Formats: sequence, C-alpha cells, structure tokens
Amino acid sequence: MSAVAANYDKLQELGVEVISVSVDSQFVHKMWNDQELSKMAGKDIPFHMASDGPGNVGKVYGVYDEEAGVELRGRFIIDPDGVIQAMEVLTPPVGRQMSETIRQIQAFQHVRATKGAEACPAGWTPGKKTLKPGPALVGNVWKEWDPLKDH
Amino acid sequence: MSEKRSGCARPTGAIVGETAVQDEQQEKPAEEKKMLIARVGNKAPDFEAPAYYRGEFTSVKLSDFLGKWVLICFYPGDFTFV
Repeated sequence: MSAVAANYDKLQELGVEVISVSVDSQFVHKMWNDQELSKMAGKDIPFHMASDGPGNVGKVYGVYDEEAGVELRGRFIIDPDGVIQAMEVLTPPVGRQMSETIRQIQAFQHVRATKGAEACPAGWTPGKKTLKPGPALVGNVWKEWDPLKDH
Repeated sequence: MSEKRSGCARPTGAIVGETAVQDEQQEKPAEEKKMLIARVGNKAPDFEAPAYYRGEFTSVKLSDFLGKWVLICFYPGDFTFV
C-alpha cells in the first residue's frame, strides 16, 4: 500500500479516488500508517483505508479467502459511471505493479474520452498509436500496428 | 469530516448508483438473496465500510464517488511484508 501512497500524486492528477481494503480494523490502519507506512511513503496515507473485518465486501468482489480469513490482492478500476473496467487478483506473496495500474487507467480514460471510437492496443501508453475499430480495420490491423515497433 | 458510528463493513446490496431494496432482501433467507459478484463490464457492487482517512475515523461508501474514477485495492493485511 505504500507504493500506492507514493504514487498518489499521479493518481490525483488523473482524478482517481483510492480506497484500500483489508480485514484489519480502522484503528490498526491508523497504527500501520503512523508506525510504518508513513515512513515508507514519506507522508501519511492520503486515501481511505477501509476495514472489512467480516470479509463482506471482499466476498462480493470475489477476493475474500475464507480459509485464511484475509483478502487476496484484488485491484479494481471503476469508471465514473460505476462500471468495473479492470480487475487483477494476485495471491498474497507477490505485489502489484503501480505503473501498470496507472497505464491501464490512462488507457481507459483515453477510450472514454473518445467515446469508444479509439481502442488502445497491447502495451499502449499515452502518445502511442491507438486503433479505430470498424469495418475498414478488419484484417488490416497488421498495416496499422506493429507489435514490435508500436508496442 | 464527522466521526461516524463504526459498524461492520457491508455491501449495500445495490450496484453503484442504485438504491438497495433493503426490506425485501432482509425478509428472504440468506441463500435466496441475489448475490452480486464483481465482473468487468458490470456496475460495481456498492459497499459502505468503516475507514481511517487522514487522521479521522470515518466511513467510506463507494457510490459517494460516482462521477470519479476509483481504484480499489484489497490486500491481505496491515503490517504484512509485501
């Protein structure tokens, strides 16, 4: 979570609100912020640290491990209409890559800004070539997009 | 930010942007409730949970952020290693 805090300025720039969720109480969240996270992130945690003790929220998001009694590493990107655009779930021992989360948010924001007229191919980052889906593109992606040069 | 009475985190039973039909749901036995499951392309299940936010004990509700992009990160636990 310190990685999310460290990248929070970038997320704010993109207009993203962050909610972290674990089964720990809000009181433990405070202690974790005070004792450790703030030292790792160089500042207090600037986002909502939610407490999901019984795993009720994790269950409807499909990320609550009933046996261990903890949440898995589930990451969800939700658009301004409340629609889930992306999800990623990892088992606990491996952490997320924030730059990939930010890239996906930028790509979904781009698609939304074009009202779906443009799509972001693999590895797209801002400024790179997008594709315009439509009959003319069928069978012609190879002319428009090179997986080695444009990726 | 006003301090709120802290209860348990709970899904509101609705998707983001809609009102839950609480009374009807509570009358049914648990197994008959329609379980909302998160899936890409669908509206997110709404929830409200106690939270710690910038020095205050508060409550956070997903649907309060309608109109904004939201990143939700679940993780195994505070004071863990990754």
